[in-house]
Amino acid sequence: MLYREAGDFKTSYVKDSQTFPIKADRMAYFALLAVAFGVVPFFINDYWANAVFVPFLIYAIAAIGLNILTGYCGQVSLGTGGFMAVGAYACYKLMTGFPDLPMLLNVLLAGGITAGVGVLFGLPSLRIKGFYLAVATLAAQFFLVWLFNKVPWFYNYSASGQITAPERTMFGIAVTGANTPAWAKYLFCLVILVALAWLARNLTRGMVGRKWMAIRDMDIAAEIIGVNPLTTKLSAFAISSFFIGVSGALFFSVYLGAAEVGEAFGIQKSFLILFMIIIGGLGSMFGSFAGAAFLVLLPVFLKNVLVGGLGWPTDLAAHIELMIVGGLIITFLILEPHGLAQLWRVAKEKLRLWPFPH
Amino acid sequence: MPDTLLYAIEVSLNGLMAGIMYALVALGFVLIFKASGIFNYAQGVLALFAALTLVGLQKGQIPFAHIINATLGTDLHYFGWTLPALVAIALTALVMVGLAWAIERIVLQHLVNQAPIILFMATIGLAYFLEGLGDVMWGADIKKLDVGLPQGINETIDELTFNAFGYGFFIDNLDIIAAFVAGALVLTLTLFSQYTKYGRALRAVADDHQAALSVGISLRFIWVLVWSIAGFVALVAGIMWGSKSGVQFSLSLIALKALPVLMLGGFTSIPGAIVGGLIIGMGEKLFEFFAGPLIGGATENWFAYVLALIFLVFRPQGLFGEKIIERV
Repeated sequence: MLYREAGDFKTSYVKDSQTFPIKADRMAYFALLAVAFGVVPFFINDYWANAVFVPFLIYAIAAIGLNILTGYCGQVSLGTGGFMAVGAYACYKLMTGFPDLPMLLNVLLAGGITAGVGVLFGLPSLRIKGFYLAVATLAAQFFLVWLFNKVPWFYNYSASGQITAPERTMFGIAVTGANTPAWAKYLFCLVILVALAWLARNLTRGMVGRKWMAIRDMDIAAEIIGVNPLTTKLSAFAISSFFIGVSGALFFSVYLGAAEVGEAFGIQKSFLILFMIIIGGLGSMFGSFAGAAFLVLLPVFLKNVLVGGLGWPTDLAAHIELMIVGGLIITFLILEPHGLAQLWRVAKEKLRLWPFPH
Repeated sequence: MPDTLLYAIEVSLNGLMAGIMYALVALGFVLIFKASGIFNYAQGVLALFAALTLVGLQKGQIPFAHIINATLGTDLHYFGWTLPALVAIALTALVMVGLAWAIERIVLQHLVNQAPIILFMATIGLAYFLEGLGDVMWGADIKKLDVGLPQGINETIDELTFNAFGYGFFIDNLDIIAAFVAGALVLTLTLFSQYTKYGRALRAVADDHQAALSVGISLRFIWVLVWSIAGFVALVAGIMWGSKSGVQFSLSLIALKALPVLMLGGFTSIPGAIVGGLIIGMGEKLFEFFAGPLIGGATENWFAYVLALIFLVFRPQGLFGEKIIERV
């Protein structure tokens, strides 16, 4: 009864084209923001921040980034882990090279550097398409990881080959390093995520996004109606890599604190992010969040049930987890190839007609 | 002859042998891609799973022992018997056929007419599932696989080359056998697809699903068949790799190495898989030999991909792939 457009009159074009045309949606969105900013920071503790909230926020940024490239522009990429590593190492070099820069600027600059690298590896996409491109992006993944392993300049010649985040602050409060309070980590990531999600949402429904989708749906036809494949594909690579670079920088500096490239940004990470957008829904903002939430919560849940509940050894639980994740992916693809976002859409459609579906 | 040249020849010969190993995995990819248009990421894990099952059957391991012990508090590990290698191989082949049938029944049947990317994702899901299943069934420790293949340096080649050049080449016996097996496999597959009824049906399906259906070819049977063959190829690859470096998780990473091989050779060409494998194997060994010491080594991790990437920019469909024709 409450959830419908009827009676919600739009009196200007701006109102007509807003992101949430239904009033209940808008209220829910603002309520969620209010809870995220006004309530959670007061109750968050270290366990919840490190196990659930911070990884969710960071993976959501990466998922939005990959969704721009794969979901909106149709270029499958398996190089996400490598690009996250670029963000992380760029952030590390900035943090150690310019100790006075505010952390936010470090993170954004790291994103910018990743965007440049992304464009470089995106260039072959003009010639190579489909699966060939997916495999070609593996070159980025393996080459970048090898590079950060082998060139000591990137990890400041540290003996262990690891990079460790020094303490950096925003407005006098530590956001990286060992002394960071849980709420500061959470808020720092949340602010960046909200800003980037807002940016992505507005990009994808504007001209840039329409060009991406035209290329995705049929690149030759798009070219004929005047979409420039060069700028369109490369802009998708650049913006997607920017998001992924930011998430990599946060992943290393705020979440992990210390990272070894092969372990933190290996090929498994690329697949993890890809699964997030598949399970969440390709070409959907909501899907990026839903997929990230699902794949962050699932291991926590399974660990609590299998190790905590049934008392199985952790290695066995890890293997069962692999099976369950694999099985779930297949199940999802069979039942709803368009992901959680489609389920959400269907649910909203039903809600609109409720309680008189006929 | 100068020493460097001799070393380089030895390195490239070994590279060719390694390339054949890659090609063994790549063959399975090509078969499935040709017949169903599915880019089967799980091929490497199939090889791992086959090798694990083979070792498990041979040693008489109890499947799921770990989980049974964890839930019931028992201490079971082995049945207490061992199987001869050939029997174990035959049984594993049966398991792979069963697996192919199950995959068709449970997964592929429900995904007919989906976009290729969805099918690709499904095979990644399958890869995760099988990896977990293999570990849960047989345990995650590194296992030794021994089906009686000779290993170690081939004395004859060593002696011959020593007499001829004054420097003995080191070629592993196992690699030579792998080369023969790969050759035999390609020959059999080619003969099978050219001269048998099912081979023709297979090619028809690869050409056009709908046209094949309309002349009465059962698509489901062909898919089970082709996944069984791919499972069998995976078993062969698993035996070779397992004998060489032990059965362990890294075996499934070899599948990733097979991807650039495929790109070079083209996704649809069986000879392409072999030639691509040889180029990649030799290229990465030679690059590591000449450029590796200059830039820090371990270039084998990425060289294959970069080589394939550069190659594709000039020839987007690979060496032997069908020309990509796009219509609006």
